[in-house]
This record gives sequence, structure tokens and C-alpha cells, in this order.
Amino acid sequence: MNAIKKYLKVLNRPSVHYSLGFLTLGGFIAGIIFWGAFNTALEATNTETFCTGCHEMRDNVFQELKTTIHYTNRSGVRATCSDCHVPHNWTDKIARKMQASKEVWGKIFGTIDTREKFQEHRRRLAENEWRRLKANDSLECRNCHNFDFMDFTRQSKRAMEQHSTALASGEKTCIDCHKGIAHHLPDMKGVEGW
Amino acid sequence: MTTLNSVKKSVKAVVTGVALVSSVLFASSASAGQEYISTLRGEVKLNQEEKAPVMAKVENEDIKRQRAYPMQPPTIPHKVDNYPVNKNANKCMSCHARDRAEESQAPMVSVTHYMNRDGNFLAEVSPRRYFCNQCHVVQLDTKPLVENEFQDVYQIIGEKK
Repeated sequence: MNAIKKYLKVLNRPSVHYSLGFLTLGGFIAGIIFWGAFNTALEATNTETFCTGCHEMRDNVFQELKTTIHYTNRSGVRATCSDCHVPHNWTDKIARKMQASKEVWGKIFGTIDTREKFQEHRRRLAENEWRRLKANDSLECRNCHNFDFMDFTRQSKRAMEQHSTALASGEKTCIDCHKGIAHHLPDMKGVEGW
Repeated sequence: MTTLNSVKKSVKAVVTGVALVSSVLFASSASAGQEYISTLRGEVKLNQEEKAPVMAKVENEDIKRQRAYPMQPPTIPHKVDNYPVNKNANKCMSCHARDRAEESQAPMVSVTHYMNRDGNFLAEVSPRRYFCNQCHVVQLDTKPLVENEFQDVYQIIGEKK
């Protein structure tokens, strides 16, 4: 009891007990350690191993990704879960991570813990992602696929036509046409362009 | 004694002859069987696996091809990798449907695809014509595995040579 009281006393007015230099330097070092640990933990939740740690992701969406060009291709450049589903810049990333707390809720209460449940929710989940990508002008696609450096002459005729008109004018964004490139599609009834 | 010896010799010769002939016959029939099998699976022994041929590229030129006969389902002149055609979605119809053709400038699917089997026209593609890749396929940029002896109808009736 006495020890706790003593500790609280020190915590209450630390500058009385420790030198200013110690507190400043100590705070600085503690800050670095905290920030490093925070970022490391954040990055750990961005890895493919983490995402596929739960069977909901591993048995459904991850299996679908495996057959696509974003998983395996001639040059070996890969996009994994977080490359498309987590924004790269810091503020957006933190916002997305806070949203993801809802996914923890879903995991605890088994919202999609069977294949049937997952398929039932698939349209809603897909729409979330379409909405997000539409709102940020397909930012996660553009992290790799930069429009300014697209060589239309290396594209097929159809691709060139669409990219040089609808995409160039900003009338359409990537996700408007490229739905279901990494995962299977839900029932597309009523979706524009389908 | 000498006669007995010569008889023995001749019997021996006949036996060896028969054995030789039969073994040759047997061997040839066996090799004929092997040849028959090898025509089906290439020049590879049964207990071996042939090296897979290089995968050919899909033609992606967007140029319409001539049809071999009037009723032929047109072949697809572009890549269709990962285009879903299933219960949930039909990617082909994103461009080839009646109400999409203006924007995409892709050929609209033939009007017969909107007909049910009683000849009535529907608003949507008829379910029996829904699975495009049942008839329409891409073409590979490769040499045919076997010779094609198909003759165009004009060649048969002797016109437009």
C-alpha cells in the first residue's frame, strides 16, 4: 500500500524527484520505443500471414485471389491483401484500421464463419469495397498502376480505347470496370455495367 | 547311325526355325501394339510422361474472323482471362448485351440469343444461351495438332475459288 502511495507521489510530480534532463531524455527514448512498437504491430497486421490467419479470409477470399494475376504472374510482382485493402498514407491507414475494429467484432460473433454466411454477406461486403475505391478514385490501384506512366501502345486495342477516353477524362475510375479482378463476384443484379 | 544323326539335326533345325519365326512374329505384333499406343500419346513409353508443350498465347487482335460456315458461332478475337460467366455474373454481357453495345461498340449478341425455344423474344438473353463460352471460344496463336481437311461450302459447290 505504502509502495503504491510512494509511486503515485513520484508520478504526480516527477520533476521534484528526477532531473529535467533525465525526464526529457527518458521521455524521448520511451517515445521512440513506443512509436517503433506501434508501427511494428501495425505493419504486422498488414501481412498476408495475419490476414489469412482466420479461416474466413483463408478459405474464401484468399483462395479466390490465388487464381488471379495479382497473386502469381510472369514477373513475380505481387499485390497482397493490404496492398488493395489498406491505404498507404498514414492518416487514411489509421482511419481504415479503426474501421477494421468492426471486423474484429464480426470475427468474435461469427458474422461470416461459414461459407453460406459469407456468401450471404458477399454483396454487402463487395459493395463496401466498391464504394471505398470509387470514393478515393481507386487510390489503392493507382499505388502501383500510375496513369501518367501507362503506355497505351502496349495495351490491347480495347484497353487503349477505354483508358484513353473514359479513364483519361476522369469520367470513370479503375473499379468502375475492373470489378471482381481479385475475388469472385456476388450476384451482380442491378450493378451498373453488368 | 548317320541317318539317325541327320534326322536329329533336321528336327533341331525345324524346332529352332519355328521358335525363331514365332518369336519374330510375336515381337512384331508387340511392336505394332506399341506403335498404336504411341500414336495416341506421342512417342513416349507408357510408364513415362511427356514433357508438356509450351502454352500458346491467346490471339488478342480484336479483328473479326471469317466464319467457316454460315451457322458457325463466331470465335472470340480477344482474351477472356478471368471473365466470369456464372450464376452471379456474365462479363461478356457487359459489352455485348443489347443495351451495352452502343457504349462499348462491341457486336451485340445475335437476336436468336434473346429467343426462347418457342421462338418468343425475351428482354434478357435466354437462359439456354447464357453460357457464352459453351459455343464461343478464343483462338490460340499456334500450329494445329492435326491437319484440317475442312472444305468451305463454296469449294464444294465449285464457286468463288
